[in-house]
Parts: sequence; structure tokens; C-alpha cells
Amino acid sequence: MDLERVIYLKSEILRIREEALKELRELDSPEALQELKVRVLGKKGSLTALLRQMGSLSAEERPIMGQVVNEVRTRLEQAWEERSEELDAMALQKRLATEGIDITLPGTRVARGHYHPLTQVIEEIEDIFLGMGFQIAEGPEIESDYYNFEALNLPKEHPAREMQDSFYITDEILLRTQTSPVQIRTMEKLHPHLPVKIVAPGKVYRNDDDATHSPMFHQVEGLVVDRGIRMSDLKGILLNFSREMFGESREIRLRPSFFPFTEPSAEVDVSCMLCGGSGCRLCKGTGWIEILGSGMVHPKVLEMGGYNPQEVTGFAFGMGVERIAMLKFGIEDMRLLFDNDLRFLQQF
Amino acid sequence: MKVSLEWLRELVDLDQSAEELAETLTRGGIEVENVENLNKGFEKVVIGEIVSLTKHPDADRLLVCAVNVGLEEVTIVTGAQNLLTGDRIPVALVGANLPNDLSIRKSKLRGVVSQGMLCSREELLLDGTIGLDRSAEGILILPTTAPIGENFGHYLGLEDSILDLELYPNRPDCLAMVNVAREVASLTRKKPHLPKWAEQNQVLSLPVVTDFRIIIEDQELCWRYAGLVVEDVHIASSPEWMQRRLKAAGVRPINNIVDITNYVMLEMGQPLHAFDRDKIEGDVHVRPAQPGEKIVTLDGVERTLQTHTLLIADDSQPLGVAGVMGGLYSEVTKDTKRLMIESAHFSSVSIRRTSRRLGLRSEASNRFEKGIDVSGIVAVLGRVCDLLTDLGAGRPVALVDEVRHLPSRRQITLSTEHTSTVLGIELQISEIRQVLEDLNFEYKEKSGLFQVEIPTYRSDLEIEEDLMEEVARLIGYDRIPTTLPQGDQTQGRRTPEQEFRRRLRKVLAQSGMDEVLTYTFTRAESDAQWGSAKHQIPLLNPLREELGVMRTSLIPGLLDVAARNVARRNMDVSIFEIGNTYWGEEQPLKKLPREELRVAAVAVGKSERHWRNQPISYDFYYLKGIMEGLALEFGLKLEFRVAENQSLLHPGRSADLYLQNQCVGFLGEIHPSLEKEWGLERAVIFELELSTLFKRIRHTVRAHSIPRFPAILRDLAVVVTVETSAEAVMAKIRKLGGDLLQQVEIFDVYTGKPIPEDHKSLAFSLRYQSIERTLTDEEVNLLNSRILEGIQQDFGAERRK
Repeated sequence: MDLERVIYLKSEILRIREEALKELRELDSPEALQELKVRVLGKKGSLTALLRQMGSLSAEERPIMGQVVNEVRTRLEQAWEERSEELDAMALQKRLATEGIDITLPGTRVARGHYHPLTQVIEEIEDIFLGMGFQIAEGPEIESDYYNFEALNLPKEHPAREMQDSFYITDEILLRTQTSPVQIRTMEKLHPHLPVKIVAPGKVYRNDDDATHSPMFHQVEGLVVDRGIRMSDLKGILLNFSREMFGESREIRLRPSFFPFTEPSAEVDVSCMLCGGSGCRLCKGTGWIEILGSGMVHPKVLEMGGYNPQEVTGFAFGMGVERIAMLKFGIEDMRLLFDNDLRFLQQF
Repeated sequence: MKVSLEWLRELVDLDQSAEELAETLTRGGIEVENVENLNKGFEKVVIGEIVSLTKHPDADRLLVCAVNVGLEEVTIVTGAQNLLTGDRIPVALVGANLPNDLSIRKSKLRGVVSQGMLCSREELLLDGTIGLDRSAEGILILPTTAPIGENFGHYLGLEDSILDLELYPNRPDCLAMVNVAREVASLTRKKPHLPKWAEQNQVLSLPVVTDFRIIIEDQELCWRYAGLVVEDVHIASSPEWMQRRLKAAGVRPINNIVDITNYVMLEMGQPLHAFDRDKIEGDVHVRPAQPGEKIVTLDGVERTLQTHTLLIADDSQPLGVAGVMGGLYSEVTKDTKRLMIESAHFSSVSIRRTSRRLGLRSEASNRFEKGIDVSGIVAVLGRVCDLLTDLGAGRPVALVDEVRHLPSRRQITLSTEHTSTVLGIELQISEIRQVLEDLNFEYKEKSGLFQVEIPTYRSDLEIEEDLMEEVARLIGYDRIPTTLPQGDQTQGRRTPEQEFRRRLRKVLAQSGMDEVLTYTFTRAESDAQWGSAKHQIPLLNPLREELGVMRTSLIPGLLDVAARNVARRNMDVSIFEIGNTYWGEEQPLKKLPREELRVAAVAVGKSERHWRNQPISYDFYYLKGIMEGLALEFGLKLEFRVAENQSLLHPGRSADLYLQNQCVGFLGEIHPSLEKEWGLERAVIFELELSTLFKRIRHTVRAHSIPRFPAILRDLAVVVTVETSAEAVMAKIRKLGGDLLQQVEIFDVYTGKPIPEDHKSLAFSLRYQSIERTLTDEEVNLLNSRILEGIQQDFGAERRK
């Protein structure tokens, strides 16, 4: 009887095992897996029910049968674990296979505006000089004749005034033709403080309008005043600037020039950024491109600013922002800069 | 100043090409704008002689010519029919680039190699005066005197090069060939060979005029006036060499007398004028014109003179406008027997005014305007005397020289040490000495200190720094090393206001707006519309009438830009500008006006179509959102109130912007009645004044700690009439919600079914949170229903189900 019973139980256990393993191989969802697990190993599961029937076995047979049941249980649990992992991997594969997107479609657009190219260039120039310890100074665009001309060693009727065609408001008030009046205003404000080290960007105005001239344009003025400032310092600062602005391998050269408010005066050329100096269309074959005017501050101008030219010297320079922007961005016609066509502006 | 190289060569030894010389001058501070090679196009064109003419073996209409071009004989195939053996003709050799841009290459014509081309007048761009009559039918045929093998340009006298000097106002001396020669000599270390009259302190000995006087009435306007009296005048053409040089300089030859005065002006820099002596009655007066006085000038035009115009007159009538143009009456004609040649100083200011007013600018007036060498006035007449005699044009007999003022000769002390310090170059005393020698300046030197005698023709040299520049440019600016200033270190930084402007620009650009820059002068009417007519500042000399006043608002400029873009089919525009407006307090201005910095924007259209984004309409809420972003960035409490001025903006779609009860700008859709004027539909704009904004910005951020207790979220949707202000409902919610209500946002606004007509649904999301404890559902529910009751009471709102 007992033997019969033992054989029966054993065969039942093996049957459950075989059936469970078969079903396990065939099922394909986590839900079915769970359902099978409950059906076999759960509280009311078939294996558990079988275990309960072991109470009728003798004390000697019980542990033997217990061991069998536990082995089967372990075996099944292991199989479940493996199958579960397989199913997870399959599910992942399936997800990956179905979730592909067209990565060539453009991304969500985030609104982005554009700085005007002239603003960009002005900020870049400012940043370069800020890095060299300069402050940024400003002055009015509507100026008095005194600051725009007289204090800059350009008395009334000076022939050099003809170099600039001014927009007048009254005989004594005009739109500034240059940022140079900021030199005087700054010195008046700062003297006797030393050193003076400023750049002054801003709008300037001349009565001219063609492909290379605009009646309103922008300049950046620079001024350094201190004891013992040399023309070689001017060259050093401007070399640094040119390399920051136009590239590390740029060289500069100075040529004698004339400005009423500097003496000696120099025109500054930078080696051509397009051809590197070998000569091309941009530099008209010379290898050099004129970028700014400069010089040692004229003693009369230092005096006008409240400094004693016996004690201090200084240098000043001025550059046209439009010209630099045109060189930098390869713009051929200055009028584009003030036409404000969005197709032009949105390139920057 | 146009400088003929051929002429210059006579005055200084040159071993450089025109291009090299141009470079030397430019590097030396005399900018050469252009080098014109008169021989251009004729470089490989030579004079040849037809040795033989044979018919082309394979073409009836072609001839094969053997041409002697000097050192060799070449074969050329031509179709021309006007040639005879022995003719001398211009031959373009292989490699020539003719004036009409034709390039000559070796070619084969029906099997016969042609080594060049025989040229017609047309191909050489020559007029009919050159060559024999037969030339009209084909090839240009030269006289048999034309030398075989000679360059054709040379044969025509075109081998010269012209340097065009761009002179700065400080170097009027270089308006004279002798001074250009001096300059070249200094820069190339050559000695110039100048006419002796160009040297300093030359004396012209002639009898003094006795039959008339020079009467200078205003010695401010005329410092010196000399007259040379010439007799036995023989009017003729001037010699070819003189005419060629005049033409090279851009001056038209007239007759020997006028040509001599012009030639000497170009050579010495002093303008001269020849009067017919026999037309002068009594004395010569240098005087301002009288009211209403008239003169017929050389060009035949009768001109009414203004009272401060300086005149040369005799006892009875004006003879010429001083320094600008002579009178027709006293002009030199073919019958002239006696001359008075004027060499004088006139005030540059006076000449400039007169020449401007009369619209007459000439080589002479240009020189007077820039200033002439008063000391050299009589010496120049010495040069005239030489030329008159050499050319047999007349016999100088007497001189009158009225001197009222002679600028004193300048001495400048130049210190080697100071120069070294200023330039940043270690200079030797000997180097400075060499420079002064090269400049041909007289000097005395003692332990590095130079006393330099400045020649009268260098009026630009006034102070030591001027001489430093001479030193620097003669030793070469390349000698200046690169150093950095040695003084105290400074920290470069923007001022808070500069930083504010920069951040503002960044915020706006990051919001998707494009920055534009417009002219600050604009049309008076448009500006008056948006700004203030009362404060507008008009320009005296605007470029165009529509750029006549300084702007008091940025809006018209931006609307112009928007309209221009829309007209060019850039339909969607969202732009801003940061810039000044200009406010005059009185008319005309007595003091500098206020410059008020503003920011303004215009938007029209919508954001781009895109598969991921719903296009955003550029409407009131678009710009308001940008303003709110801006307020957030700078910690500003910006208030939007119903706009006061409702003529420019849509009354239902506009707001005035307030900061602490101060109006700082406006925002809105432009009034429908203005749409046609600007060609823009539903454009929205804002304009803000920035100084008040800047004063109120938050400079530092104080952080709040994050609450530890969970928040409870509730949504609340109510239906109110369409006129109900969302802001008012929100304010009520905030008030009733008290401290526990941390945040209220509107997340939906809806009109249409099933909401009744004239009503809208507003949906709020409310966040309740305490910093002290965890809130219970019950207390939040209680608060929420109180809020609902409150807004039901105040706004007649219904809870939306």
C-alpha cells in the first residue's frame, strides 16, 4: 500500500514537473508565466497539493519524498527564472525593434534670434580690450563743435575739417563725426587719475552715402594715457588686438599718417586674413589691409583733457566697425548692414 | 596731386620703378593712391616695316606679310587691304594686351603661322590725328620717319607713369613738384636737383615798379602781393615738353604765358595769375568786394559778389576774384603786349569760402586753401622770369612786392632722449643727425639736443612731436618694437549699465527676436506720430529730406524695416533695436540735447511652420510674453495697464507698461487705421525707456529654501464673461488663498461650445504648500471652495463642470 502510494506520488511529481516544464517552454508572456507559477507552486498549486498528501506517508518515506519534491521545486523555480529572463530579453528585443524613429527628421525648434553683425563685432572688440584691462567709455552722439573738433586740435577753418563732412544741427552743435570726442570727455572726467585706459564704441555720422560709406556708422576709439607711454606700446596693444580679432598668425605694420589729434600718427595695416600676406583680391595684391588709424596723443589734446604733456604721454586709435565687420564676414556692400533684410541678418 | 615720373626724374635721381617709388612714398607717409602707366596697352607694340606682301596660299582675302620689327623679322597674316611694301605700321607682338583688351597670341590662319597682329587706330584707341590718311581704311600707317623697332607708346610720348598722391592736409607742400622731389630725396637718400629758385633766401633783382602801386586793404586776408611786369610779350604755344607735363598733371595747355604760370605753380606750388598790364587802370587793389559788385570771370559768367569776397581790382573795376578765377576783361589774349604776373598770399579761409560759394575749385584755389609758402612768393617769380626768357615769351622788366606780414622762421628743439622715450626706440644721436641731413634741414646739435631750423615750405612742423614723426618715418616705422604699457595694472570691466544693455540684448535674442540697426535720423512726420514733434531736432544739412530729424521714437524705423521685409516676402518678422532717441529742449538747440536709450520691437506674422511646433502667432501675447521674460530676468515688477493713448494702438489690444507707478513704455497692436500707411497687418510693437528700468533692476538674488513638505495641487475652472480680467480673478484667488497658496497659473482659456456666448472659461492650477507641515486634503478642499465662492460672488463666475 505504502509502496504503491509512494510510486504514485513520485510519478505525479514527475508528471507535474514534465508538464510544467513543457508549458514553460511554450508560454510567451510574463502574465502566463505568473499564472503557471501560481497554478503549480502557489498555495493552491498542484505541487503544493501533492506535498500535503505526504502526511499519509510513513516517517521513513516522508523525508525521501520531501527531498524529491524540493528537488523538483528547485528545478522548476530555476526554470521559471530562466524563462522569465528569456521573456524579458524577448520583450526588450521586441521593444527595440518596434520603437525606431526617423532620426533624420529635424528636432523641435527652439526660437533663436540673431545679433546684428555690427553688435557682434563691437562686443568682440570690447571683450578683447576688457581682457587687456581697458574700461568702456561713452559719450553723446550729438556733440558740440568744441569736443568734436576744437579740443581735438581742429580749430575752426582748419583744412583737416574738410576731411569730414559733418551733419550740423546749429553752428555749434553737430552729430559727432568720430568717437574721438570721448577722448576729451574721458580725460576731463578722470584727470589727474592715471592710467587712463579706455575704448569707446559708438555711432558716428558723416554726410556720405555709397557702397563704401554710410551716413551713420560705428567706430571704436581707444585711449591710453600714463607716464612713459611709448609708441611701441601702441604697436604692442594693437598687435595683440589684431591677433585676437583676425587670428594668431597676423602681423601688423605701421605707416606714417596724419590726424590732427595725434603726433606722430600712424595708419595700421594687418597682414591679409584671406591670403596671409602673399597678395590676393581682398588686399589688392599688397598682402596688407588697412584697419585703423592711430598715433601718440597730441600734446595740445592732452592739455585740453587736463593732463600735463610734460609729465604724461598717451596713444589713441580709432577703427571703423563696419570695415572690420565687412572684412570678418566677407560683406561687399556696406549698405547691407543697414538694410536689415532678415535673410541677411539671420546668417549671423 | 598727379606726379609725372618723367618730370620727377629731372628733379631727383631715381633708380626705382614707378611701383617701387609708390611703395616708398606710401611707407614714408605720402600715400600714393594710384599709379597710372600711360604706356599701358602698348608694352609689346612696336613699330615695324612691311618687307614683303604675298597672297595667302589658301585664302584669297588674306595677305601674308614679312615685317621688320627691328632685331628680327616676323610673319603676320592680315586681312587688311590698305598696305604697301615699305609702310611703317604698329605691330602687336605675341603677348601684347592692347588698350581695347585684345590679347595677342601666336595663331595659325589657314595653315600659316601669324606671329602677331598689325593694328588699326580703333584697336589702339587712337584718334584720327595720328598716321597717314590711308590709315582710315585699315591698318594705321605711320610716317616713314617712325623709327623701326621702337616701342609704339614711346614713339607717341606715352612712356611716362603718373603717381596720384593722396595728400593729407598737413602736407600742402607736396602740391609742388620740387617738394615731392625733396620728399623722394629724403626717403631714398638722394640729393635733389632743384631750380635755384626753390632754394631758401633767393633774391630776384629787378627794378622796382614805379608806374603803379599795390594797395592791400585788408592785411588779414592778404599778407603779401608781388607783381612782375613783363614787356615784349609774344603769345604762342608753349613747347611740347611743357604741354606734355601740364597734361600729365591734368592741366590743359592754353598758350605760353598761361602755361608758364601753371607750370611754375605745379613745379613750385605757388599759384600765379597773368593780367594784361594794359587793361589795368591806375593802381592794383586787393580789397573785399562792395555790395552788389559784379565781375565777368574767365569762363564768361557774370557773377554777383558777396561783400567779403576778396578781389583784385584796379582804380575803376574788379580784375579778378583773388585766388579763385581771373576776370575776362584783363585776360591774356593773343594781342597782349604787356603783363603783370601776380604771385601772392591770400587767406586760406577767405579763398575756401569764395571757391565754395562760387562753386569754382581749381588747382590754384586748392593751393591757397591749404596754405602757401609766403616767403617764396618772389623767388617763384624768378623761376617765371627764367622760363619767359628761355621760351622767348616776354621780357621781365620790373617787380613790385608789397609785404604786410611774413611768418617768422621756426626753430624746434629736438631731444634724442625724449624722442627715444616717446617712440620706444633706442636712438643714437648719429641717427637723428642722419635724418636731419636726409631732410636737408639746418641744425645745431649739443649733447643730443638739436636746434632745428624749419624751412618755410614745411609749415606743418610746429612742435617737437612733429619732428619725432619725421625721425620715425625716415628711419622707418618698422623700427618701432612691440612692447606693452609698463604702468599700473588695471581691471577691465563693463559698468553695470553697460552690462544691463548687453544682457537685455541677449534676453531678446534668446527669445527669438532678430536685432536690427536703423538710422537715427528719420522722417519728421512719422517720428512726430510716434514720438514728440516738439522735441524733434532737425538737421541743417540732411542727406535727404526723409532723413531730416533725429528720432524721438524707435518705432517708425522698426516699422519701416518690417514693412520692407514683408514687401520682400520675408513675411514673418520679429525684430528689436536698442538705441538712442534724442530730445531737444528748445529750438534752436542751445545746449546738448538729452539722449534717451530705448528698446523697441516690432513683430508681424508668426513663427515658422515646423512638424513639431505649432506656429506661434506674433500677437499681443507673444510680445507680452517676451516682456514678462525680460521682467523675470531682471527681477522687475512690470505692470500692464489699459493704454491711455488709443489713437496709435488698437484700443482693445494695447497696454501701458508701469514700473512702480511710473510709465516706462507701451505694448500693443498698431491701430487698424494705420495698417495701410505702413503696409503691415496686425503688427505688434513695444517700446521701453531703459534708464528707469535700469534703476529698478534686481542686482542680487536672495535664495529661498525649498519646502520639505509635499504640495497639494488643485485645478479650478470657472466661466466668466469675456470682459472679465483674468488678472483680477487671479488677484482674488491669491488673496483668498493666503500664505498656503504658493502658486496660481492659468493653464487654459476657452470660448465656444458648451460655454455660453459672451463668456469664457478660465482654468487655473493652484499649488498649496506649507513650509511648516503637511497639509490635509480637508483644509485644502475648504480653501478651494472658499476661493470658488469668492470669485462666484465677485465675478458672477460659475464653476465649470
